[in-house]
Amino acid sequence: MTTPPEEHSTGLSGSKTADTLHPPAELDSSITGSVRRTVLGMNFLVSLLAVVLALVIGAVLIAVSSPSVIEAAGYFFARPLDTVSAIWQSVSSAYSALFQGALVNLEALRAGELSRAFYPLSETLTVSAPLILAGLAVAVPFRAGLFNIGAQGQMAFAAIGGGFVGFAISLPAGVHLIVSVIAAMAFGAFYAGIVGFLKARTGAHEVITTIMLNYIAIYFLGWVLNQDWFQREGRNDPISPILSETALYPTLFGDGLRVHAGIGVAILACVVLWWMLTKTTIGFKIQTVGANASAARTAGIDVGRIWIVAMLIAGAMAGLAVSMNVNGTDKVVTAGIVGNIGFDAITVALLGRGSPFGVLWAGLLFGGLRAGGLAMQASTGTPIDIVLVLQALIVLFIAAPALVRSVFRIRGGSGEALSLAKGWGT
Amino acid sequence: MSTTSTPAVMPTVTIAPPSPRRPLVMGIVAVVLGAIFILLAPADAPTTFLFNLGDPLIAIPDWEINSRIGATVFVIIALGFAASAWPINARRGSLALPAIGMGVALVMSFLCWVGADSKIPITGLLQGSLLLAVPLVFGAMAGVLCERSGVININIEGQLLVGAFLGAVVGSLMTNAYIGLLAAPIAGALLGLLLAVFATKYFVDQVVVGVVLNVLAVGLTGFMYTRFLSEEPDLWNNPPLLPTISIPVLSEIPVLGPILFDQNVIVYLMYVVVIIIQIALFKTRWGLRLRSVGEHPEAADSVGIRVNRTRFRAVILGGAVAGLGGAFFTLGSVGAFGREMTAGNGFIALAALIFGRWNPLGALAAALLFGFADNLQNVLSIIGSPIPSQFLLMLPYVVTILAVVGLVGRVRAPGADGIPFKKS
Repeated sequence: MTTPPEEHSTGLSGSKTADTLHPPAELDSSITGSVRRTVLGMNFLVSLLAVVLALVIGAVLIAVSSPSVIEAAGYFFARPLDTVSAIWQSVSSAYSALFQGALVNLEALRAGELSRAFYPLSETLTVSAPLILAGLAVAVPFRAGLFNIGAQGQMAFAAIGGGFVGFAISLPAGVHLIVSVIAAMAFGAFYAGIVGFLKARTGAHEVITTIMLNYIAIYFLGWVLNQDWFQREGRNDPISPILSETALYPTLFGDGLRVHAGIGVAILACVVLWWMLTKTTIGFKIQTVGANASAARTAGIDVGRIWIVAMLIAGAMAGLAVSMNVNGTDKVVTAGIVGNIGFDAITVALLGRGSPFGVLWAGLLFGGLRAGGLAMQASTGTPIDIVLVLQALIVLFIAAPALVRSVFRIRGGSGEALSLAKGWGT
Repeated sequence: MSTTSTPAVMPTVTIAPPSPRRPLVMGIVAVVLGAIFILLAPADAPTTFLFNLGDPLIAIPDWEINSRIGATVFVIIALGFAASAWPINARRGSLALPAIGMGVALVMSFLCWVGADSKIPITGLLQGSLLLAVPLVFGAMAGVLCERSGVININIEGQLLVGAFLGAVVGSLMTNAYIGLLAAPIAGALLGLLLAVFATKYFVDQVVVGVVLNVLAVGLTGFMYTRFLSEEPDLWNNPPLLPTISIPVLSEIPVLGPILFDQNVIVYLMYVVVIIIQIALFKTRWGLRLRSVGEHPEAADSVGIRVNRTRFRAVILGGAVAGLGGAFFTLGSVGAFGREMTAGNGFIALAALIFGRWNPLGALAAALLFGFADNLQNVLSIIGSPIPSQFLLMLPYVVTILAVVGLVGRVRAPGADGIPFKKS
């Protein structure tokens, strides 16, 4: 008959192979035997091909919408080569601007202006830091079998705590930053903890509660920003006072480049969570619950408590993520402080297949796309929205490896699809 | 022969007395909110309710009442409804009517309080509520079709967005809003097709696909918007609005007429779509099959129903319905398309679907309630409100959370909602 129990007990199936360093090997082999058969290299290949395929589709989109291509296509039958060269011109200039905008400005490098040459890389790292941390906020609950769509709301709520400590209290430099960041983490953990608590106590599905809490947090932030104790003096628009200098992340390479110590925090968080997931009892329990909640319950694990713990960690990571904006780049709290990071984080976590180091690379990739996209929009006029399209396509293709295999006619592999959440009812 | 003894035993074993929790919750809500409204309502200020919109054939005189007296009267009515829930609950009847009655009475009591010294345009308030609810209703109907067949639809937001986009673009190019209205469901259905393919062919987690397709919809429409619509808005983004069609006689009914029967064609289509889905889902063979693959696909499969094909079609149909609703944003109200103009309506529709317990009529009621909360906030911000607008805007989300945690009755999703079906 059908095999929903096995299908749904595998948690994040791909992650089991992508992350070879996990400890509960004996557990994995008993439950996810079919997954184990997929070769590690095959997964990497599929990921790479997914990126290639997305770039190809993106290129088509850029080409058919480019004004010069449309113009040349008007006289296609008279001079077909014009159309071809216009296509090449539009696609190559857009992608080259994208890659240069994400990594290094080659022209400035040749001229020997290091600060200007590495400005793109600095931007990529700056944009990536909150993406990586928010990605972790989605990835850790993945491992416990929960789908956290609520990083957006957790970040918005955390911004209130972190921001308030940042501008309302005076403390010595460094200490102030740490207290402010801890406040943000505590606020985020509390807000995410509600989701875990409701799930543990009443079985309320976390996808529903996180979506609803996202909107509640955004409206709540909007309300707070209009209160006397939070709004900047003399302003009518929703904006907080500027944070004290003492509560800001130090910049790494002077004021010319925006990259700040936050990227180090993000990398450190990945290492710590990798260690926690793979080397500690709590991590083992999280992975066990994610692999098969009812088996974990039978084995004596308090599943509800693990769900709450996973959500608390997620919320703390969301708090860290928003501190990258509050205490790093923006230095104030506004209604748009979170941007779209909480939702982008879902794609980061999916691309990273739920493993901390996977999230690190995925965050750097999408951060680079975003930083490069801005440069591309500025220099070639190609709208930055193409980055969202690429992001969505990459994750779609990775989620359906069978599709990528059939496109490139690759044999082998189990064709295992990405499966994380369970039905509404369970 | 032994069966004769079982009927005598059965009732005592299986039937427990009905839990008094729900009427109790209703009573507490009525008492607490009622006390707040009465105490805060000023004792010496009048509240005026206006019923006329424009220049109606039959005018209803304005109604003026002392704020505190009005609040008290309506709280008493609300308590009456709450009390009537007890006997109904005891004989296991539906509590829908007492709950709605209590809700309406409490809202009126609330309006008596906040409307002190000002005028509340009842008809305008309700008409605006209906308009704000239109995309929610279409979105929730899309959700009903998908989720009753067993496919979670987080993608409503994206389906509304592409519907709004294509409706505006085609309407603008053809300079005909009705052709745009025909195009909008196609866009929604195409996005639904992607959801259907990934959910029923590649068995990808449906929540993941939905989330990612939302990103794709925002990215694609944003890209096209920047490249074409904002470059040459007269050509690409200047659709005519759908005209208002007054239904003769019906539109002259006081209060109800202008609200229900003086609207554009999308609103009338909404009535039709809700009725058709309600009947088709519960009274036809098609509906029975659709619900069976959503509740118990193995059983449906064993009697020869093609589970994944049924789901595939339901998801595409749902996408088309959501796309049609998306056209309301452009052709039905604003005209021009704007970046991410659906602004979370797809998620409120999802909330309405859940709060309405995956039932077309329930979802309709929930969507109307959410539309009302939204428009009440608009009206109150004009007359000046003691309640911050943000808290009224939170209302749909808060009540949905209360619903899923079981405080206002248990909600139960279709049995196999979100679970892929692989035939072995």
